[in-house]
Amino acid sequence: MRRYRIRKDDSCVSCLRCVSECSFGAITASENRTLVFHHDKCVDCQRCVSFCPAGAIYITEDENRFRENSVFRKDDISEIILQAETGGVLLSSMGAREKNIPVYFDRMLLNASQVTNPSIDPLREPMETAVFIGQRPEKIQRDKEGRLINNLPPHLELKTPILFAAMSYGAISLNVHKALAAAAEELGTYWNTGEGGLHESLYPYKENTIVQVASGRFGVHETYLNTAAAIEIKIGQGAKPGIGGHLTGRKIIGDVSRTRMVPEGLDAISPAPHHDIYSIEDLAQLVMSIKEATHYRKPVMVKVAAVHNIAPIASGIARSGADIISIDGYRGGTGAAPKRIRDNVGIPIEFAIAAVDQRLREEKIRDRVSIIASGGIRNSADTVKAIALGADAVSIGTAALCALGCHICASCHTGRCAWGIATQDPELTKRLDPEKGAKRLVNLMNAWTREIKEIMGGMGINSIEALRGNRMALRGVALNEKELEILGIRYAGE
Amino acid sequence: MKVVDIRKDGIDGIRKHENEEISVTGCLGERYIGCGMKNGIMHIAGTPGNAIASYLDGGSIYVDGNVQDAAADTMNAGLLAVNGSAGDALAYGMRGGRVYIRGDAGYRAGVHMKAYVDRKSILVIGGRTGSFLGEYLAGGIIIVLNLDERKDITGYFCGNGMYAGTIYLRTQCPPVNLSDKLITRNVGKEEMESVIRPLVTDFASVFSLSAAKCLEGRFMAVEADKSKSYSQLYAAV
Repeated sequence: MRRYRIRKDDSCVSCLRCVSECSFGAITASENRTLVFHHDKCVDCQRCVSFCPAGAIYITEDENRFRENSVFRKDDISEIILQAETGGVLLSSMGAREKNIPVYFDRMLLNASQVTNPSIDPLREPMETAVFIGQRPEKIQRDKEGRLINNLPPHLELKTPILFAAMSYGAISLNVHKALAAAAEELGTYWNTGEGGLHESLYPYKENTIVQVASGRFGVHETYLNTAAAIEIKIGQGAKPGIGGHLTGRKIIGDVSRTRMVPEGLDAISPAPHHDIYSIEDLAQLVMSIKEATHYRKPVMVKVAAVHNIAPIASGIARSGADIISIDGYRGGTGAAPKRIRDNVGIPIEFAIAAVDQRLREEKIRDRVSIIASGGIRNSADTVKAIALGADAVSIGTAALCALGCHICASCHTGRCAWGIATQDPELTKRLDPEKGAKRLVNLMNAWTREIKEIMGGMGINSIEALRGNRMALRGVALNEKELEILGIRYAGE
Repeated sequence: MKVVDIRKDGIDGIRKHENEEISVTGCLGERYIGCGMKNGIMHIAGTPGNAIASYLDGGSIYVDGNVQDAAADTMNAGLLAVNGSAGDALAYGMRGGRVYIRGDAGYRAGVHMKAYVDRKSILVIGGRTGSFLGEYLAGGIIIVLNLDERKDITGYFCGNGMYAGTIYLRTQCPPVNLSDKLITRNVGKEEMESVIRPLVTDFASVFSLSAAKCLEGRFMAVEADKSKSYSQLYAAV
């Protein structure tokens, strides 16, 4: 099905750079160096546009499209035709794109100081963006001599309230992992291996690494658990709540096969559930077995998708002994997910944060766990709003990949990523220089952190932890009363 | 041999002797014994609790009685030998080493076991298993002997979702409810001698059983039908 049309203008110098850059076979050259466009293969990844030295290439949506009506849109029709031809479940990637579900971050506005409670100039005053993630002791204890007893459970210290989200080796390339790890180390934050294991070359970054234990247990062993600052049990993912993972055999080659311990070229399946978890008690057992294996020196996180009953689910997780709950919202990204699941299952992260924070406060267990929110965090303002709603920190996946070149063409599942990110093809992975990538990630995070400080200063707040769950810092626009109630915020003007 | 009374010394008492050969007595439901163990030999008397030998990375654990749920969870290397039966979710995500169960295994044994080239996870069960044996199997070998010759060697949904590895069953009849994405075949002499005999002989020697008796009769192999990959279920948008 043709979705895009490739064009060139007269400034084309026939250098054929676009031919060599296109990994989808959408642009080829004839024997006399004339460009041949295969429009049906174009995914609009923008690689050719970015690398054309003459700026001569244009990708536009195809003018010839299905006739829509008020019910059936062009995608509806083309997908029906595709499924009628193949009988297949629609597979896509990246986050949900359903336009009728609002991005609620855009309907919340932040407060600022005026006249009273003066604002703080972050260029002059110290501003604290560091956060501590993990359980907090219920009370301060002292010994008989009055000395403080150090009963602080293991925790993570982030210099900025942003982590890099879990993205697996296999779904993305080793060079991406290298860039994320190096950037996390320089920034004083953490990157997350996702469920595909940890390549040995990244062991030196252990102080900034979160390793994941998912239902497929790929790459999980005692050394892996202890080569990390924290361990995350992945129950669910915002892009595909309730279902497992599927890594196409095309991406399972070489070290990916070895690290995951699955055969080359065969599709690898992560089961939908953990087969040893059927209750909160079972979850508690897995949490404790990981703590046993790591000698109670590392915090254990539990990652869940934001779903309808997320508040009681989070309450159960908090009581399971986990130190951190990671909640991934409706718009969370993925390397591959059935499109119907991606676009129709789960709830927006904004509601999930507010509901979970409120529930844990009501049950007086909010300090037992920290909350990390993810799933559509696009910028520093989203980060601040998430924290004001009740998160301790956020994690970013898609935004980090965009910093590395991703243009969100949603073709990760093909394994042909032209930017060298969501691919294992050696010719493509070498397009991403991990050192340059790390630098770009550091730039992005430093820019966001400066913006966060400016927003905090404007509010008259000099510590990001003071903003956590402070919903008076938010006002709503274009929200109904129920939405305001769940978010726990007032309408603009109130 | 050092004797550790787990009720008195706890799990930490075992950890102190991790590289030695020890005897653990008085077990009554204590969880996480041998969790992450790398070396040593442990003889356990009593009934250990859940998650014994989870993340086991080497050494040997011998249990006189039964083990409960989640034994050998994500085990990487070493040996767990149980002279009784095992509960549910045995050897989940196992990556290497050997798990020998003299008696039965519960539901969901050997789910998502793995292998890579010469490194194979091995699970041998002397009795029968509950349903969902070897679901999502990604590699390794599971052998079920049903030495007591009872009906229904595996329960329902054996091997559902498996995409690599082999399940060997000492039976003449394929399990019930077998997925159409699996194939069954009778094991030939060469495979019997090169794969099954060495493993079953080792299993029999651990429990002082007759290897010849364990190997009596025909074996059937259950494997993934590689012509029906999961990618066929999907249509890329």
